[in-house]
Amino acid sequence: MNLTTTYMGLKLKNPLVASASPLSHSVDGIRRLADAGASAVVMFSLFEEQLRQDAAEMDHFLSAGTESFAEALSYFPTVDDYAVGPSEYLDILHKASQQAGIPVIGSLNGVSREGWVDYAKRMQDAGASGIELNVYYIPSDPRTTGADVEQRHLDVLTAVKEAVTLPVAIKLSPFFSSMSHMAQRLDKAGADALVLFNRFYQPDFDLDSMQVMPNLNLSTPHEIRLPLLWIAVLKGQIKASLGASRGVHSALEVAKYVMAGADAVMMASVLLKQGPGYLATILKDFQTWMDQKEYTSVEQMKGSMSQASVADPTAFERANYIKILQKYKAEYTLDE
Amino acid sequence: MNESAMRTLDGNEAAAYVAHKTNEVCAIYPITPSSPMGEFADEWSSVAKLNIWGTVPHVMEMQSEGGASGTVHGALQTGALTTTFTASQGLLLMIPNMYKIAGELTSTVFHVTARTLATHALSIFGDHSDIMAVRQTGFAMLGASSVQEVHDFALISQAATLESRIPFVHFFDGFRTSHEVQKIAMLSDPQIRAMIDDDLVLAHRRRALSPDRPVLRGTAQNPDVFFQGREAANTFFDATPGIVQKQMDKFAKLTGRAYRLFDYFGHPQAERVIVVMGSGADVTREAVEVLVQHGERVGLVQVHLFRPFSCEHLLKALPASAKAIAVLDRTKEPGSAGEPLYQDVLTGLMEAQQNGCLPMGAMPRLIGGRYGLSSKEFTPAMVKAVLDELSKAQPKNHFTVGINDDVTHTSLTYDEQFITESAKSVRALFFGLGADGTVGANKNSIKIIGEETDFNAQGFFVYDSKKSGSRTTSHLRFGPDPVRSAYLLQSATFVGCHQFNFLEQTDVLKQAAKGSIFLLNSPYGADTVWAHLPARVQRQIVSKGMKLYVIDAYAVAEKTGMGSRINTVMQTCFFAISGVLPREEAIAKIKGAIKKTYGKKGEDIVRRNFEAVDQTLAHLFEVAVPQATPASKTAAVGESIFRAVIPAGAPAFVRDVTSRMMVDEGDSLPVSAMPVDGTFPTGTTQWEKRNISASVPEWDPAVCTQCGMCNLVCPHSVIRSRTYSSTLLAGAPAGFKAVAARGKDVSPDLRYTLQLSVEDCTGCQLCVEICPSKNKEHAGRKAINMTAKDPILERERASWTFFNTLPSNDRNVVDATMPKDVQFLDPLFEFSGACAGCGETPYVRLMSQLFGDRLIIANATGCSSIYGGNLPTTPWTKNAAGRGPAWSNSLFEDNAEFGLGFRLTIDKHTEYARELLKRLASDLGDDLVTALLAAPPKTEAEIAAQRVRVAALMGRLKGIAKPEARHLESVAEHLVPRSVWALGGDGWAYDIGYGGLDHVLASGRNINIMVLDTEVYSNTGGQMSKATPMGAVAKFAAAGKKLGKKDLGMIAMSYGHVYVARVAMGASPRQTLRAMVEAEAYDGPSLIIAYSHCIAHGYDLKDGLRQQRLAVDSGHWVLCRYNPTLAREGKNPLQLDSKKPTIPLEDYAYNELRYKMLSRSNPEEAKRLLTNGQAYINERWKRYEDMATQPTPAA
Repeated sequence: MNLTTTYMGLKLKNPLVASASPLSHSVDGIRRLADAGASAVVMFSLFEEQLRQDAAEMDHFLSAGTESFAEALSYFPTVDDYAVGPSEYLDILHKASQQAGIPVIGSLNGVSREGWVDYAKRMQDAGASGIELNVYYIPSDPRTTGADVEQRHLDVLTAVKEAVTLPVAIKLSPFFSSMSHMAQRLDKAGADALVLFNRFYQPDFDLDSMQVMPNLNLSTPHEIRLPLLWIAVLKGQIKASLGASRGVHSALEVAKYVMAGADAVMMASVLLKQGPGYLATILKDFQTWMDQKEYTSVEQMKGSMSQASVADPTAFERANYIKILQKYKAEYTLDE
Repeated sequence: MNESAMRTLDGNEAAAYVAHKTNEVCAIYPITPSSPMGEFADEWSSVAKLNIWGTVPHVMEMQSEGGASGTVHGALQTGALTTTFTASQGLLLMIPNMYKIAGELTSTVFHVTARTLATHALSIFGDHSDIMAVRQTGFAMLGASSVQEVHDFALISQAATLESRIPFVHFFDGFRTSHEVQKIAMLSDPQIRAMIDDDLVLAHRRRALSPDRPVLRGTAQNPDVFFQGREAANTFFDATPGIVQKQMDKFAKLTGRAYRLFDYFGHPQAERVIVVMGSGADVTREAVEVLVQHGERVGLVQVHLFRPFSCEHLLKALPASAKAIAVLDRTKEPGSAGEPLYQDVLTGLMEAQQNGCLPMGAMPRLIGGRYGLSSKEFTPAMVKAVLDELSKAQPKNHFTVGINDDVTHTSLTYDEQFITESAKSVRALFFGLGADGTVGANKNSIKIIGEETDFNAQGFFVYDSKKSGSRTTSHLRFGPDPVRSAYLLQSATFVGCHQFNFLEQTDVLKQAAKGSIFLLNSPYGADTVWAHLPARVQRQIVSKGMKLYVIDAYAVAEKTGMGSRINTVMQTCFFAISGVLPREEAIAKIKGAIKKTYGKKGEDIVRRNFEAVDQTLAHLFEVAVPQATPASKTAAVGESIFRAVIPAGAPAFVRDVTSRMMVDEGDSLPVSAMPVDGTFPTGTTQWEKRNISASVPEWDPAVCTQCGMCNLVCPHSVIRSRTYSSTLLAGAPAGFKAVAARGKDVSPDLRYTLQLSVEDCTGCQLCVEICPSKNKEHAGRKAINMTAKDPILERERASWTFFNTLPSNDRNVVDATMPKDVQFLDPLFEFSGACAGCGETPYVRLMSQLFGDRLIIANATGCSSIYGGNLPTTPWTKNAAGRGPAWSNSLFEDNAEFGLGFRLTIDKHTEYARELLKRLASDLGDDLVTALLAAPPKTEAEIAAQRVRVAALMGRLKGIAKPEARHLESVAEHLVPRSVWALGGDGWAYDIGYGGLDHVLASGRNINIMVLDTEVYSNTGGQMSKATPMGAVAKFAAAGKKLGKKDLGMIAMSYGHVYVARVAMGASPRQTLRAMVEAEAYDGPSLIIAYSHCIAHGYDLKDGLRQQRLAVDSGHWVLCRYNPTLAREGKNPLQLDSKKPTIPLEDYAYNELRYKMLSRSNPEEAKRLLTNGQAYINERWKRYEDMATQPTPAA
């Protein structure tokens, strides 16, 4: 059975990729993912904003209260050599890329043009096999138009592509008015892969303390629907690889994504819940499933249920939505 | 001679540099102003900087200077080249070992920043009282007068001690020299190497104790031989002056800088000569050189080697023409025949005369005088006054100079207009806030000018005594000539005022020279600022022909992401308009310096600073100064435009004395204004409205539940609560807020007011953070919210005044364990100068609320003694009845013992009062005596009743004409129980004072000990203590503390008879209150260890209470109470008041820079220590849990 696949120009031994999560916070963690059979690891995201804030905080608190009181002109020892900026990240990336035996993809969330470009270059220098641009961005400013948001994605991609020779993937949110059009523009701008989709921070409320709770829930299997739809739609429309992200909890979701057209299937929540070793279980189950269904290669499966491949392409479009509602109503009525 | 590298650095670094290069072991203990020397040594060793033998010196922080000197002694005895750094009380603690080290002829150098000894008051500033207290130990003493001399003499003394075997104190003036930044020629490694003779080093090692060649040292001797043994070392002392001069000569050959034991400067045939040592010598030299240029026959002898005192060398230095000599001592020895240097010089001259070798024809007139105590300014004008005095037929002996002694009339008058600053120099004076980065920027400017131009450079910085909102003054001199002006600027060519409101608070242009430049950070632009300047300032600008420039530095800083740090902006302005360097060159150099300073802090920081530099130039404007100030304005305002700082109702002492200190005029107070024994009135902070925060909390009565939490946590006692009858609102000013009081069975007439003293608020926001009540319409708002102060200032000022006319709540009905009740107890500790958001002061204030009118406090030296007792104003105050805490600070190391002394007196006098009551029972009446002798009152009501009885007793005693009655009058107040507390930080309780604390706990006496545990030496700037937790970074633990925090509570519990509580107000206010009440009630020793968040933890202190909670949730801080009374009742005495840890240590610790820093500098080690720290916590929790759940015998 041939499980290999090509994703963003990288030849992968299977389509199972560990996506950005705390599991890749250490070289050991990355190694464990590789040992479990991951064909590649996308490292946790390097947030430029966080690095800036950290540096500013370090500077602020190191100098807070200094040169104010004669007996205590400072409160901390002078430490000449401490890490601010991406050095810790790059160090893990460098070691992991040497030790893991699989491609390690750096994930980057920038705020400034310099940040995107500079950190991407440094990831390349540190030995990354590719870079995933995590354009995590909540356009809450009403002056920002949809076109601005789209242009920002394109600008970031173009700038990074110009700066590095590595393949570059871009992880997207589903909130574009015209996803297909946007995908095409990114494709033309040189994206080596599109990753569908990012999980956004959606805060909850604590009604007792009347506070906004900044927590992030782990995904559930039903979340595959949206990426599944768009992968199936985009398969064949663009040159860029397609990475599927969200809701993978078993081999079934892997199979669905691959059949929709994904070149790589990414997972994080399930591994956080079950441990990194669970990737081996999913991989084994996936092979078993392929075996049962008599697939001989991933390539054979890939896109077999994309919009272009299925008997009823309209099933992916608006009619599909109406039908579901009608069906749901009918079932509900029956239960009555 | 080698070409030397030039660097600008301060005296401490100059000394430490050589000490670290020439030693193998440093044993130290932090004390101001010497702490930076130890810190430098530790930092250098932590980054493996090598000494001249290619090895890294070991640095060990000890528990006290006594410990440090013992360790030094031990290290020396075993052959290591060993040093230490200290000052003042620290040096005193070393005296016993100094006798030993000298008696054993052991080579070492102690580097000492000469600092005032605490007498009638503590002072951190400089004079020679400490070094004079060790002149008898047998140490040689070499004194430096400038940063260059400090650097050079550190080496010369090291070389001389190795050759002479006599240990050396190398001293220089605290702050004036230790903290003055000067451009100096650095000693190169080859130069240092050449000065240190390895044969002598090897000889030192050969004298070490070794089991391979055992000897005995430190014997006990008897009358038969001790005396002879003491004299046996004479030849070594005799040889020392010659050896020092020999080393100085060798040094001169290597460096070109020549020194003599006594250096003479001045007219070759001087008739009037001053003998002086320390930084005062440089000032004297500057004045003498000017006077000589004016044809006066004057000179000075600068004393370098003070011990052994070589009369022979002194006589060689004195000009034979000298007819009158004044010896200046920077110390006072009450009751002596004269201060030490005076006596030595007198002895030298007398002996010379007796021996017929006096170089002068006749014995010169010799007088001695005191100057410069506690860093009192010593200026060329004072030098001239001394020299003028020498011209008189009957010059005043034992004079003082620099003060106005209107009591014993010792002082010399001097002409303030005698100014000798070099006309060729640029002299820049800057007024800033501690928080705005002014001093840092100026230090940077000195580095730029000092290290990148041929100019000489000097910087000196003055800080006020508050830890929040403190003001700084920077004095910078640059110029082609050597700078010897070891005094503050007298005539400034450039004045920078970095805060507009300073124009109203202090006379910023007092020192401005004619034609000087004035740079003002102003919210008003160039076209409008003039009208906003006080008339006095306008007049000064016009009459002095000054140029005025303005910039809105806060706007530029904000715009460029610098927040409130205006340092880079103002520094750029200085370079742009001062003309010290060509503008373009200066800008390039500033940017270079920024890259150097901030490079390691991140590119973003560098970029923002660059942006600030560029934006500054676009926002800096010259103001068109009118030719003359409008006469009307001048006339209307008059000379003194300082706002009335003291309300009319202030007591006379505050009006006449305290207020003068508050407006920087303390120097002009005469001797007669001072208390003779250091006793001061309490309650003076209330008269100093500092208005340091632009934003303050505002109460929203509609949302408030009257829980009292804001009141409980306020570090500055700014928030007060009272309930009162609505009828009292009759005279309330407009805007005074009151609502119906809440609570069970509360009269509908009762009103509640939460009042803030916004003028005393530091804006720390702890109250807002703790407030549990949320506005139902706006979730972001609470019952107390931050708001701009100016719009509400007048209303709140009037409300505060009115509020204070309302009667205090009845203490008898308050449940002291409930925060909602405790808010109604008046604090008797208010408006301290502690850091904004201080974690200690809420506990201190609480103590004053609970026990204030019968409280007596022994306060260990440290933060709490500084915010509690540093002039000009102090926070401990009185209630309406005139009662309140009595407070004193003895030392750092003896506080528990000091407090125990209080207890012993109280116990004795209580016993004596009771005895006298019995003896006088028939005169006083049995009923009263029986009531007074009944069981000691405990509750507030019982105490109040006892006070009434004592008042009755005093009344009856008046009519009894027996000696016992007079004695009983003097001790009767002890019939009301007193609450004795020893208060201090972890440095005291865990380290320097631990031995005494332990003894006091063991004594079983009824004394309460409150340890404000910040887990670090806060007052001296964040040095590690034994309370510092594992993994935290601190000074002397730059690589993270490797071992866990000492469990002081558990140690105390092991006695069984000690009440122990560990509290954290932010985690459980009720537990804190319970502990304080129980501790006070317990008839025996009590120890409360209180978690105190601190600026040295490195996070925004508004989150301090949250961090306290997380400290408890993580198990780092286990809340508990150990009450021996329970054991006596057959119960388990240990109660755990916090739950099993619910969050990992990391979730608490990594919110704080002290922990996070290690994860940046050494991630692997940080991880290891975090893991170990977690294991330590888990293990400790289990231990506590086991203890708390152990079945008791009765159970």
